[in-house]
Amino acid sequence: MKSVVVNNISKRYGSKKVVTTALQGISFEVDKGELFGIIGPDGAGKTSLFRILTTLLLAEEGTATVDGLDVVKDYKAIRQRVGYMPGRFSLYQDLTVKENLDFFATIFNTSVEENYDLIKDIYSQIEPFKDRKAGKLSGGMKQKLALSCALIHRPSVLFLDEPTTGVDAVSRKEFWEMLRKLKEQEITILVSTPYMDEASLCDKVALIQSGKILSIDTPEGVVKSFGKKIMAVKSSNMLHLLADLKRTELLEDAYPFGEYHHAVLKNESSGQELKNYLQQKEYPFEIKETEPNIEDCFMALMKN
Amino acid sequence: MSTDKVITAEQLTKRFGDFTAVDAISFNVYKGEIFGFLGANGAGKTTAMRMLSGLSMPTSGKASVAGFDVYKENEKIKQNIGYMSQKFSLYEDLTVKENIRFYAGIYGKSDQFIKEKTSVVLEQLHLTAEGNKLVKSLPLGWKQKLAFSVAIFHEPQIVFLDEPTGGVDPVTRREFWNMIYLAAEAGITVFVTTHYMDEAEYCNRVSIMVDGRIDALDTPEKLKKTYGVATMDDVFLKLARKAVRSAD
Repeated sequence: MKSVVVNNISKRYGSKKVVTTALQGISFEVDKGELFGIIGPDGAGKTSLFRILTTLLLAEEGTATVDGLDVVKDYKAIRQRVGYMPGRFSLYQDLTVKENLDFFATIFNTSVEENYDLIKDIYSQIEPFKDRKAGKLSGGMKQKLALSCALIHRPSVLFLDEPTTGVDAVSRKEFWEMLRKLKEQEITILVSTPYMDEASLCDKVALIQSGKILSIDTPEGVVKSFGKKIMAVKSSNMLHLLADLKRTELLEDAYPFGEYHHAVLKNESSGQELKNYLQQKEYPFEIKETEPNIEDCFMALMKN
Repeated sequence: MSTDKVITAEQLTKRFGDFTAVDAISFNVYKGEIFGFLGANGAGKTTAMRMLSGLSMPTSGKASVAGFDVYKENEKIKQNIGYMSQKFSLYEDLTVKENIRFYAGIYGKSDQFIKEKTSVVLEQLHLTAEGNKLVKSLPLGWKQKLAFSVAIFHEPQIVFLDEPTGGVDPVTRREFWNMIYLAAEAGITVFVTTHYMDEAEYCNRVSIMVDGRIDALDTPEKLKKTYGVATMDDVFLKLARKAVRSAD
C-alpha cells in the first residue's frame, strides 16, 4: 500500500481581489518506508501541501490519502497516525523538556516508556537537560525535542516541514543522519527543504516551484534526466569570465557555482569548442567537465 | 581591492554574565571588499554584528566602523551603514515607492535625491511598472532584491547582510549575488553571513567563528589549501565540528 497519495491537489488563498495560488494540480505518491523530499524555495507551496496532508487545511480541488485514509473524511484517524513537525517551533516554551514529551505522549494515549526505543537516539542527547524549560534550549536542542515529540506516538508517517532552515551546515548534517536512522524503523518520512544539496539524501524527491511540481524522481534519476554536459570553468577574474561565457553561442546557460562557473553546453557544442573560445580571450583559465547536480537541474527546470 | 580599512576590530569582546559570546576577535575589512562572516549557530556572529552596527556595547576591546568608534560614535555608525536581515524587512502594506521613501527619509535623504534615485533603482530592478504596487504582491525573490536596494539606497559605506539568501530559489540567489558584486564594485563594503557554502566562495575573504573566536580568516582559496580540502563546505565542517559550545 502507498503511504501517501496526492491526486491533483490545488490550493488558493485570498478573496476575489487578490488570489494567491499556492498549489496547482499537484500529484505524487510515496511508498511505505520511503524518505521523500519536497525540495523548493520559500513560497513554492511546501507548507500548504503539508498542512493539507496533516488535515489542518482543506484543498480547493483534488484528493489525498495518508495511510489509505482520506484527508477530508478520515481526518480524525489520520491525526492519530501522523507526526508533524511544523517549520516554526511550536512546543510549549514554558514547559520543561520532559513535560513537553509527557504531554504529547499523553494526548496520544501512550507513554514515553512505551515508545522510548524509537526516540532513544535523539532524545538521549537532550535528556541531560530534561528539567530545562523548552524556551531556554538552543536551536539544535529545540529541534531534537520537537522531533522526539513528533515521534512519541509511533506515527506511521512523519511530516517534517523545513527542519533544517536557518540551521548551520554541521547541524544540518547531524539532522539528516538522524533521519536515515529513523528510516530503518520503517517510518515513512516526508521532509521539505529549500536546500538543494539535501536532495541527494532522500530516496525520492519532488522539485517544487510556484505551486507546481517540476520533477519527481530519485535524486540520481533527476540528475540523469538533465541530459546536457556541464563544464566547470574558473579564472582569476570570475566576473569577467562569466560575462565571456554569457556571450558565446556554444552555451545553453552559464552561472556561478561556488568556486567555478557552470557552463551548460548546447547539445551540438563540445567542451573542446568552449576551450578554444576561451583561449582567444588571452587570460589563464581552468576548465573541466563536471557532473550536474540537483541545483543545476532545478535551474534548468525553472527556465522551462 | 583597496587598502583603506572600513572596519577594524581589536580584541573585541562581549560577555553576558559569565558567558563570553564574542571572545577577543581581531580583524580588518577593506573598502569594497566582500567579507564572508561564517560560523555555526551560536558561534557569536549575531552578537559580533550587533556590536559592529552600533546596536550593542562591547564589554572590552576596540572597534571602529566607517571611521567611527563603536563606544562613542555608535549613532554615527548607524547613519553610515546599511542593514538587511534574513527576515524580510520591508513593509508589506506599503507600496514599493513608499518603502523606498520611508527608509531613505529615515536616513535624512532629500526629496530630490529620493525622487531621482528611486527611478534609477526601479529601472535596475525592472520594477518600474510595479512602483505603486504593494510590496506584499511581489514574488519573494523580488522582495529580497528590493530589500537589498533599499538597504544601500542611502549610499552607506558598509552594508551588513544577515543571511540574505535563505530560502531563495537558486536563480534569484545568483541574481542577488550579482547585485552584491555591483555594490562592491561601486565601493560599498559588503559584510555578509550565509549558510550556503557555495556563497562563501563568492567572497573575497572569509572568516569562520567557532565558540566566540575567529578560528580562520583568509581567501577561500587559501583556506582550502591550509586545511587540505577541496571545498569551503569541508573547511567549515572541519572547523565547526571542533566547537564545544552547544549550537543555537
